[in-house]
Amino acid sequence: MGALSFGAPWNHLRTFYTVHMTTQRKAVALISGGLDSMLAAKMILEQGVHVEGVNFFTGFCVQGHTHAIRARRGDQVTRNNALWVADQLGIKLHIIDVIEDYKHVVLNPKHGYGANLNPCLDCKGFMVQKAREWMERSRFDFIITGEVLGQRPKSQLKRALPVIALESGAGDRLLRPLSAHLLERTLPERLGWVDRDKLGRITGRSRKTQMAMAERYGFTGYAQPAGGCCFLTDSNYSAKLRDLWRVRGERGYEFDDIMLLKVGRHLRPRPNFKLIVARDAGENQFLRGFLKRFTHLYTDSHPGPLALIDGEPSRGEIELAARITARFGQGREARRVRVNVNQRDGRQQVLSVEPLSRKQIPQEWYL
Amino acid sequence: MTRFTLDARNLICPLPVVRTQEKVEHLDSGDELEVLCTDPGALHDIPAWCRIHGHQVVETTERSGDIVVRLRVQKLD
Repeated sequence: MGALSFGAPWNHLRTFYTVHMTTQRKAVALISGGLDSMLAAKMILEQGVHVEGVNFFTGFCVQGHTHAIRARRGDQVTRNNALWVADQLGIKLHIIDVIEDYKHVVLNPKHGYGANLNPCLDCKGFMVQKAREWMERSRFDFIITGEVLGQRPKSQLKRALPVIALESGAGDRLLRPLSAHLLERTLPERLGWVDRDKLGRITGRSRKTQMAMAERYGFTGYAQPAGGCCFLTDSNYSAKLRDLWRVRGERGYEFDDIMLLKVGRHLRPRPNFKLIVARDAGENQFLRGFLKRFTHLYTDSHPGPLALIDGEPSRGEIELAARITARFGQGREARRVRVNVNQRDGRQQVLSVEPLSRKQIPQEWYL
Repeated sequence: MTRFTLDARNLICPLPVVRTQEKVEHLDSGDELEVLCTDPGALHDIPAWCRIHGHQVVETTERSGDIVVRLRVQKLD
């Protein structure tokens, strides 16, 4: 008994050491494709932790899509930045389709919207929650993000960060390596899975520290921040989404709806229909995928755009749509342009129309 | 070894990768998957995805205007 009573504490210590010091811990990193999440993952990798990345596809991501749709100048094909980051770090990346689940975030944000239809705080909570679910399924130990205290107006304020940890269910398994010293100690720090002394104390919007770190790590060619990663932060895009909800009389969307809002000029000349007019060959090609679903027009006598009609125009309004379509083709200065109109039921007609002049298209028609 | 085909045409980045990832999850080591795409970004993205997950890109070609990426699944036991 005596041996046991003396041995037990040592056994506990041995168990503690075995579990906490020798097991390689596993972290799941939210990888956006930007520099901050890349640095956060690198800091934790350097501490000997096994890191894998997750990237969530909501349907509103700016990166990739717009470039993939629009014609590429100089044949420059854009890469997926999240994959590029993972490739540079030598970690696995799991890109996860969350289009359906994300609708609830966009349509019913508990914390409201930002300047446009961007539900940033709810979005961050959702992403961390999804990462937490992935962590539990994959038996990982903690979550890391590239969040920087005070960098963003809504979701990275000091009072917002605990909200994300709480509402996502991640609690103290959520570590923000770049700002860790300015925040409460998390579980990975308390249990020694990571060394807090090697974590950051970055705050604010300046990116100097991150750029210096990138140089130290030898990262070049990383994506530059370019006005937000999400279409919902864009005022034009948000206006088009609001218009869609207003016309349909309900808030909701399908994946194709939100894709089409990224493409072309959107004009609503009458309340009962709008036109989506391609801006280049890439958009023409993309819109061709929707021909069966929409009445569509294209100029026949001159090179020009493909245009889709969303709504139910009258016969006279179809002529108006043809005149608008002609305006955006190479026959815009011609007296007459032949426009081919294809109804959804397969009926076709060819109209000879006078293209509208620039002045005849009021600015209010543009969404 | 079994050969499979995935039609990812008319999908744009990152959906060809997402669909490839979902398909590969249900395949065995040694199986081959041919992914048909129209988004040229897939030429970068699918090989990058294969590289980080340890799968092998056998070839990338163009066929009838489509981009074709053929990969061999490699999974650790």
